[in-house]
Amino acid sequence: MGRYVLRRLLQVVPVFLGTTFLIYVLVWAVPGDPFEGKCGERDCPASYVSMMRERFNLDDPLLLQYWKYLVNLVQGDFGVTSSGVQVLDRIAATFPVTLRLALVALLVEAVIGITAGVVSGLRDRGFLDSLVLVSTLFLISIPVFVTGYVVQLVFGLQLGWIAPTVTTPTFGNLIVPGFVLASLSMAYVARLSRASIAENRRADYVRTALAKGLPARRIVGVHLLRNSLIPVITFLGTDLGTFLGGAIVTEGIFNVPGVGGLVFRSILTKDGAMVTGVVTVLVLVYLLMTLLVDLLYAVLDPRIRYD
Amino acid sequence: MTDHLASLAPEPPDLPARLDHPVRPDRPRGLFGDAWHALRRRPLFWISVSLILLVLLMAAFPGLFAPGDPDAADLSRSRGAPSAHAWFGYDNQGYDIYTRVVHGARASVVVGILSTTGVILLGASVGVVAGFYGGWLDAVVSRIADVFVGVPFVLGAIVILTTLNAGGDAGPVRIVAQVVLSISVLSWPVAMRIMRSTAIAAKQQDYVKAARALGASSARIIGKHMLPNTIAPVLVYSTIALGAFIGAEATLSYLGIGLRQPVVSWGVMINSAKDYLRVAPHALLFPAGFLTATVLAFVMLGDAVREALDPKLR
Amino acid sequence: MLLEVDDLHVEFRTRDGVARVLNGVSYHVSAGETVAVLGESGSGKSVTAQAIMGILDTPPAFVTRGSVRFHGEELLSASPERRRAVRADGVAMIFQDALSALNPVFTVGFQIEEQLRVRRGMSRADARARAIELLDLVRIPAARQRVREYPHQFSGGMRQRAMIAMALALDPEVLIADEPTTALDVTVQAQIMDLLAEVRRERRMGLVLITHDLGVVAEVADRIVVMYAGRIVEQADAVSLFGSPGHPYTAALMRSRPRLDAKGTALETIRGLPPSLLRIPPGCPFHPRCPRAEAVCVSHVPPDVRLGFGRTSACHFAEEVVGG
Repeated sequence: MGRYVLRRLLQVVPVFLGTTFLIYVLVWAVPGDPFEGKCGERDCPASYVSMMRERFNLDDPLLLQYWKYLVNLVQGDFGVTSSGVQVLDRIAATFPVTLRLALVALLVEAVIGITAGVVSGLRDRGFLDSLVLVSTLFLISIPVFVTGYVVQLVFGLQLGWIAPTVTTPTFGNLIVPGFVLASLSMAYVARLSRASIAENRRADYVRTALAKGLPARRIVGVHLLRNSLIPVITFLGTDLGTFLGGAIVTEGIFNVPGVGGLVFRSILTKDGAMVTGVVTVLVLVYLLMTLLVDLLYAVLDPRIRYD
Repeated sequence: MTDHLASLAPEPPDLPARLDHPVRPDRPRGLFGDAWHALRRRPLFWISVSLILLVLLMAAFPGLFAPGDPDAADLSRSRGAPSAHAWFGYDNQGYDIYTRVVHGARASVVVGILSTTGVILLGASVGVVAGFYGGWLDAVVSRIADVFVGVPFVLGAIVILTTLNAGGDAGPVRIVAQVVLSISVLSWPVAMRIMRSTAIAAKQQDYVKAARALGASSARIIGKHMLPNTIAPVLVYSTIALGAFIGAEATLSYLGIGLRQPVVSWGVMINSAKDYLRVAPHALLFPAGFLTATVLAFVMLGDAVREALDPKLR
Repeated sequence: MLLEVDDLHVEFRTRDGVARVLNGVSYHVSAGETVAVLGESGSGKSVTAQAIMGILDTPPAFVTRGSVRFHGEELLSASPERRRAVRADGVAMIFQDALSALNPVFTVGFQIEEQLRVRRGMSRADARARAIELLDLVRIPAARQRVREYPHQFSGGMRQRAMIAMALALDPEVLIADEPTTALDVTVQAQIMDLLAEVRRERRMGLVLITHDLGVVAEVADRIVVMYAGRIVEQADAVSLFGSPGHPYTAALMRSRPRLDAKGTALETIRGLPPSLLRIPPGCPFHPRCPRAEAVCVSHVPPDVRLGFGRTSACHFAEEVVGG
């Protein structure tokens, strides 16, 4: 187990370096004026340009630039926007909101998705099964922003059942945006659970459990579920990482003041330093999540552990 | 999001290339023959195929469906509701929504097709080679793919496109090319991984070892023995990916960094309609409906093909 | 007689038709005896066992006729609760591939203990102690540590022993072993067979050994039941069966064994293939492949001819076949 963990940790390092380097290159090292369009519609003030040139070592060769950027990163210096705001401060203020939204979405996705998938996986080609299959197909196809707008329009603006935008990001207020964010994944979780259960149902160990005279409840609840849910749980873990980095659209529609909204506004105002900083943080979080998921997988499946 | 849909593609097959039915007294069919037979029977298959053909027709010959001019704006009719004269009504600028929706099909479909082609060409070829040769080549390619996968799609697209857009106004060709490029660059690892695992599984098959023992060159083994058997998962993936990429283009355009004027696409229409949702919902709902239906058609088709090709379900 | 199967008929209803998998199977097992069920793939030997246990997948499998009696009690019409009670407690079953038959995510100890806890109400500690005892019984070294390990950490032979230990947990009276050694090396096979024989002797269990391996059968069986196309074609004690087979199929099986003293000669085979169970030939199902087939074999299903005490053969010419 220790060897497995070490191996995975070692894999993260080159990927992290590669990703951050890629982002850095894309933002700062593209030929042409690196400050073009980075300060909104107007040109950057000369004082900002010279300050940034010095801080980001833009006159240095590329690799040296990147190295110094990394060094700053590790010390917690993510840069400064053109209006003098510390990028890291803004991220720290908005990240908890996004985390809350992601957790709500994860809960919705897990509960609805797994229940629908397990129930339809246990039955054979009934009405419920077809219903789940068709509705998940539908949900998978609708882009998240379409779902978001439709929900906002129908339930918020027309029916008035919910507030069309989020004013204070409490857990309660985040249920609807969470649901929208989770819509696509929920369908995928349902399908995955269904397929996993359907496949495991025919497994030999289920037949053995049956031959042991165990009650059906136990065979399904303990033996079948424990095996079938392994891929589902690992998927849920990855999804959390995706939510943290991909809630941009949902936050934009419902005006949630999270990291996604921050990036969204930064794009609109063309604030380059903020965009780079936030993207780097989110990528880091995503990499960490995938690492955790792999470790989780080893915990859940003993066959991986003793490889 | 493309990763979700791509994951609907099947696991690499661990069965020989041909499957015969000992029970059926007539001639044995290959895997594709069986698949076609299974597909023919499913209504979902025919529904999705007709929808797709309709959309493709719309994209190729928009004039057939909507003779008007998509760029003709009449401010006096701004936010007009749907009527007999304009089936889908008018948007905020006074554009005829129906005409624009029909003409918008082209950009959306073109981006989808070009992105899928790019991803398959790049991802599949690298994947097959990496899977076949293994060793350090495989390790390097896999790490590079990990780097690209580490970037969430929307974020990566934002970074790439904001950088590319910083150069000022661009013509329609460049706008489309940028979007296709960013989608391809961020999505190729998924195609690569599918092809790689299929290639690795195929490499273990006895018929490949036999070909090797007979002295066949690597090129011949890859081309004649492995590729035909790895087509199935790639086929399923590309069908679903096409749908996903159309959706991706719409998302990027909605965010304002994808396609934009003078290019018309469903995403562009949704983007311009979003601020007037309360007063003119039809301006958003119609392009959204067409978008959803198209993506749904591709995903349904890909799903049907996957089930037909899956030997385990028969 | 502990366990009796009487005229059992099972069909599989599939999209391609109805496969008649069992067509009137009857045999019995008593305490302390080993009955071997011999047959090729598709002969119905495993399906019979699963029908006895009540673990057939219904649909597509349906029991259409016949009876299964345990201690005289009819099981086929018993309530699901009663059937479940008999499993593992009255009649237990072990399977061919221990790696896939054991749950990969639970320890071996857990899988043995759960029966004791769930069905006997034992405490965790007691169940753990008993599980260790059982592993010792099947001669797994270092049982105390092994109990905490997972199936994939065991070797093939040990896994099979663990499965046997699991099957014995509730002290069943009959043990059905479905091809227990097919997936193992020859040397390990012998060990497992010895273990089964010893266990059966000590506990006075009835053992039903399902196999296609003539060598295994010769060593261990008291009585042998030969199956073909869902029917029993011959039943006899082991000595008689090997000495003078009473059915052309059995005779052909005996002849097809490779022999050390027949070096340099061609191996004998039975020409043709077993029939598809969707289209079983009329009359005697073996007639397309039988060297002795005549017109009556096609038109009439052969009766069970009595060749001696406890010995039958389903062949129109059974007496001639036995004669040699």
